[in-house]
Amino acid sequence: MTDMTMTHSDKIDLSKARQTRVGGVILILLALLVLFVLDVPMGSVATFKLSRPTDAIPLGDLVVPGGPFNLVAAGILAFLGVRQFLRGGGRWTSLSLGIGFAILVLAFLIWATTGKSFSLTGMLQATVVRAVPIALGGLAGVLSERVAVVNIAIEGMLLAGAFTGALMGSLLGGWGGLVAAMIIGGAFGFILAALVVTYRMDQIIAGTVINLFVLGVTSYVSSQVFSNYRALNNAPVFRSWAIPYLSDIPVIGPMLFNQNIFVYGALILVGMATYYLFFTRSGLRARAVGEHPRAADTLGIDVYRTRYVHVIMAGMVAGFGGAWFTLGSVGRFDENMTGGRGFIGLAAMIFGRWHPVGALAAALVFGFADSLQQKMALLNTPIPSEFLAMAPYIATIVVVAGLIGKARAPAADGKPYVKE
Amino acid sequence: MSLSNQDLQKALLRPLGRGRQEFEDLVVVPLIAVVIALLFGMVVMLATGVDIGTIGRAFVALAKGAFGSLNAVSETLTAAIPVVLAGLGLGLGFRAGLFNIGAEGQILMGGLAAVIFGFSFDHLPFAILMPLTLIVAMLVGAAYAAIAGALRALTGAHEVISTIMLNLISYRILDYALRQPFVQKEGRSDPISKSVPDAAQLPKLLDWIDPNLRLHAGLFLMLAMVLFVWWLLFRSKIGFAFRASGENPDAAKYAGMPSGLIIVLAMATAGGLAGLAGGAQVLGVLERASPGFSAGLGFDAIAVALLGRSHPVGILFAGILFGGLEAGGRQMQVDAGVSIDLIGIIQALIVVFIAAPLLVRAIFPWGFRKDGKGAAE
Repeated sequence: MTDMTMTHSDKIDLSKARQTRVGGVILILLALLVLFVLDVPMGSVATFKLSRPTDAIPLGDLVVPGGPFNLVAAGILAFLGVRQFLRGGGRWTSLSLGIGFAILVLAFLIWATTGKSFSLTGMLQATVVRAVPIALGGLAGVLSERVAVVNIAIEGMLLAGAFTGALMGSLLGGWGGLVAAMIIGGAFGFILAALVVTYRMDQIIAGTVINLFVLGVTSYVSSQVFSNYRALNNAPVFRSWAIPYLSDIPVIGPMLFNQNIFVYGALILVGMATYYLFFTRSGLRARAVGEHPRAADTLGIDVYRTRYVHVIMAGMVAGFGGAWFTLGSVGRFDENMTGGRGFIGLAAMIFGRWHPVGALAAALVFGFADSLQQKMALLNTPIPSEFLAMAPYIATIVVVAGLIGKARAPAADGKPYVKE
Repeated sequence: MSLSNQDLQKALLRPLGRGRQEFEDLVVVPLIAVVIALLFGMVVMLATGVDIGTIGRAFVALAKGAFGSLNAVSETLTAAIPVVLAGLGLGLGFRAGLFNIGAEGQILMGGLAAVIFGFSFDHLPFAILMPLTLIVAMLVGAAYAAIAGALRALTGAHEVISTIMLNLISYRILDYALRQPFVQKEGRSDPISKSVPDAAQLPKLLDWIDPNLRLHAGLFLMLAMVLFVWWLLFRSKIGFAFRASGENPDAAKYAGMPSGLIIVLAMATAGGLAGLAGGAQVLGVLERASPGFSAGLGFDAIAVALLGRSHPVGILFAGILFGGLEAGGRQMQVDAGVSIDLIGIIQALIVVFIAAPLLVRAIFPWGFRKDGKGAAE
């Protein structure tokens, strides 16, 4: 037995050492990439606009000399890489890699903007907007996985919310549509809970089936009904609503305080969920159900009820996030318009270590990748737009692959509970 | 997300009891599932304002379009070929404890590779080019799936998320490839590839009766692969390793099976079959690549693999049923004006009832043995 534990810990040490080396090599490669591929001629500048002339407090443009920045970025990357390769390890690995990728993104931005000008504030604002459905999807994932229900159905719930938002928004107005979207999301949460908690269907299959079902129903109705009755698919859009004074702050104002209710709603929901899960008694109970349902049951917590309640809440959050696609941006529903955002939300949840704030932060990273590719398409970079469009998906894979080892899911995640 | 593979397995391969229970699980549950799903389809049509007469005509058209004529049978089998091929791969993955949602991307990559290879070597004779093109499709599909397998084996990244992301990436790769001058059809500005030369196409089987019959030689490929997967899973050493690590990964590991290698191999085999599905589709039906030409085949294949209980023969029948729904759905759209998307709803419902036998037993308590054993599983 001692033999086996020895080899086991040896193996862990070995894989850690290898991970450290790999991290170092990656950073050195990034340094070479910045130096030779993203090279910028000396003396050229990249101009970032920080504010519009109409803003209350106008700021000057941020002018970055491209050449020197490029050299410094490559230098820092090389230093981090060599350091990591020789004596990195532990927490340094992820920290160095994080800093390394941030520098890479900056160098890329400056390379792409050289000789042109580019609205930084606009991109950051788009980042926040595009992070909203991902953050809400991630939050829905946190709520259900904290009670140990794996929720692959978030994609379907988002799509159902988007569809219902468009349909009921057209009939009842924006607020009616929003409420209806949340109710439908909650209903699919109930269906998921019923399938996996009561009927003990496999959680992944149940989620996949809900996704297929929602895709089928929404596509069917949109081709069967919406194509003939266009008025049913023409919902009002929630306009952005500037918070007085705060929205005048440069850069941060447009990002956070001049947005529509979906952005504010997402921020408030993340705050509420954090407080609820980690600072209230019922939040503690919910987490207990996710970690050790048998113990929770023994202490008198109704495991089934807790799972139902939280998966329904998750569904409502996802329904709200789904309404963003229609009521928060274009007002009309298109087939499969969520385009995998629910799955990216799940990746954000993993990246955010099953914590609402973490999921929000991860969603902002994805939102950044998403808005970056959109703005880059405007700058006419030599990179084909299709490859830029892949960025969020590749980022998702990197995140899921790179962080799964360190993040820990709730212990009972994915396991049905059979009451004795 | 730590999903327990044993649980997945338990759900997919519900312990087949003996005799009556087995009959209920394999025949009664699927039949009831199909009936309930069709009834629900009727409810959906009613709810969207389709009148009773049209609903009747829709169901008649569905049946007629699926099995009502030689043309219908030809269409049904043609539609079944790719979903059965991809479904075989997915079923094999399920047996090995891998929930591969990436068939869609693997089909696209395999099909795209087949098209490019086909028109690039159009001087080769049929006897060489056609098999070689299929092999290329298979290898590319296998390589694309192996990415997700390797990520799972090396880093523990869950294959559900990585395969979904690979699907989304494959759409972009396809869009990009279709814009390239050497792929895009000459003189076209829309993204469409050059055509596959005749020497690479799967020959039509029934065009001597009527040139409109689309059934192609992929039928034999499909049947051969059903046999091959059955042999692989139940008669070969590697198939035993797949099933063992699916049933109980820890036990398989302690028995000395290389778990990482098994994951990569199982994913690659599944991807190879999906790539073959993509190849058969472009070489037998489409004759070229266009954006999103897989048209959701990869997702239908998931349903087919679940419906067929991850057994090659079950997948064959499930695929023919889905092919029938597809062909009948097109007829339904023409005859009764009901959107073919209705078929998607019916297919999803069939899978719900298949994957949750407890639910079917709860809705239809009669028809099942009433000693409580069935309900308790």
